[in-house]
Amino acid sequence: MAYITVSDLSLGYDAHSILEGLNFTVKAGDYLCIVGENGSGKTTLMKTLLHLQEPLGGQILIGDGLKTNEIGYLPQQTLVQKDFPASVREIVLSGCQGRCGFRPFYSKEEKQLAEENMSRMGISHLANRCYRELSGGQQQRVLLARALCATRKVLLLDEPVSGLDPRVTIEMYELIKDLNKDGITIIMISHDIAAAVRYASHILHISTKIFFGTKDEYLKSDIGKFFLMQQEGGDGIVR
Amino acid sequence: MALFDKLVLYLQYPFVRYALIVGVLIALCSSLLGVTLVLKRFSFIGDGLSHVAFGAMAIAAVLNLTNDMVLILPITVISAVLLLRTGQNAKIKGDAAIAMISVGALAFGYLVMNVFSTSSNLSGDVCSTLFGSTSILTLSPGEVALCAILSVIVIIIFILFYNKIFAVTFDENFAKATGTKANAYNLLIAIIIAVIIVLAMNLVGSLLISALLIFPALSAMRLFKSFKSVTIFSALLSVLCALSGIIISILAGTPVGSTIVAVDVVAFAICHGAGIIRGGMSK
Ligand SMILES: Nc1ncnc2c1ncn2[C@@H]1O[C@H](COP(=O)(O)OP(=O)(O)O)[C@@H](O)[C@H]1O
Ligand SMILES: [Mg+2]
Repeated sequence: MAYITVSDLSLGYDAHSILEGLNFTVKAGDYLCIVGENGSGKTTLMKTLLHLQEPLGGQILIGDGLKTNEIGYLPQQTLVQKDFPASVREIVLSGCQGRCGFRPFYSKEEKQLAEENMSRMGISHLANRCYRELSGGQQQRVLLARALCATRKVLLLDEPVSGLDPRVTIEMYELIKDLNKDGITIIMISHDIAAAVRYASHILHISTKIFFGTKDEYLKSDIGKFFLMQQEGGDGIVR
Repeated sequence: MALFDKLVLYLQYPFVRYALIVGVLIALCSSLLGVTLVLKRFSFIGDGLSHVAFGAMAIAAVLNLTNDMVLILPITVISAVLLLRTGQNAKIKGDAAIAMISVGALAFGYLVMNVFSTSSNLSGDVCSTLFGSTSILTLSPGEVALCAILSVIVIIIFILFYNKIFAVTFDENFAKATGTKANAYNLLIAIIIAVIIVLAMNLVGSLLISALLIFPALSAMRLFKSFKSVTIFSALLSVLCALSGIIISILAGTPVGSTIVAVDVVAFAICHGAGIIRGGMSK
């Protein structure tokens, strides 16, 4: 049984569908990259997986001991208002909120967990800093640490590198790769196909045709070859 | 020294002491959700609700209720819940609904007072509901007790739900996705705001409530950078402003509500200036 099994899923807003006939599975330890043009429905898919909105049809089955609220999540743009006064520690700790239920205050273990995840993301020295004064890369690390407080199993990342400069982008990719090595299942949205092919174990490509398969299958498929050819001109990362 | 003597003299009257106690409690409550109000669209709800509360108060005045909170509180709480619902419904523009309800309540309230009121001093009545000119000094012991109990409940709920309020205010989607019942807490926040507004109406009148709710948080946000320090500082500042406002108004004979708000505005100006100076130094 896989962590997440999506069968014949359709998504959209108010009965207006933007994607139909989606099928894929995510197993423990996978690194799934979801690629596709802007506006193809990647963020909508992620919101549907997180139960922030209802699917228009089809099913999302959760299995293999995963609970729906054990999915950590890194939002695309932080909806957080520019002015929000919050320290890094407060934000990371808020990742533990889901486990609290009705308990009003965080336990010692949860505070410990927050500290561990901050050091794992290399932001312990920023713990008392104000979130809004950090650089883009630092902010992403804070939100990653928060997501790690919410889960030990699955992380959903929506364009985690958008707006970061090239060096920080690579750092971010490496960080995510290490998390995956440590056993955390990754589902990452990206429109950087070259990076997807480099890091992911599975690819879900959303465009007029939908492709789902392992990275090797993708490299051999027509759709994969076509898009890689297109990108190769640009950055030529692919072997 | 004469001023001080005058103050001591006034403090011997129970109604002045009540005013100070109630003023401090209400000021404390109303500052607590300031950040949430400022940063979420709840600020519109807050504004709309204060007008609803005015309409309810007009009806209560006409009905000659001895304790008008019995009517105002449920009406305002129900409106808060309804406004939150429409705000979440993407199809009806939440802001437009709020504007409609609040202006409607204002007009309706004044109409009701004008048509049915038996009072000889109508414009005085309206003025004091809008600006809260004397009501803080005319509270009965029963009203004082009710205010105090409600304030304490609001403070306890805020402390118990502090972490959840932070999570939901900072990033509602993340909170929802990871298993926090964000909608339930939004509802709770809206209800607390409604209760606070009804309380604050006693202190500053319905038109000035937003100022009491928002200024301390805005001031604190100039100077502090974590949610906790902003919350604590705005609570302290709000209490300080309310205390000095009440005392000034007693000594100088100015209207209580507008004096408190004026003090809040001055405090904001000072904090804003201090924030700029500090920002300039750290650069
Ligand atoms: N809240 C919304 N209501 C209606 N349509 C939306 C909403 N959000 C996004 N869309 C539409 O859904 C489509 C997919 O958007 P999105 O999932 O954000 O794409 P991606 O993340 O792949 O760039 C777009 O055409 C967009 O206009
Ligand atoms: Mg997107």
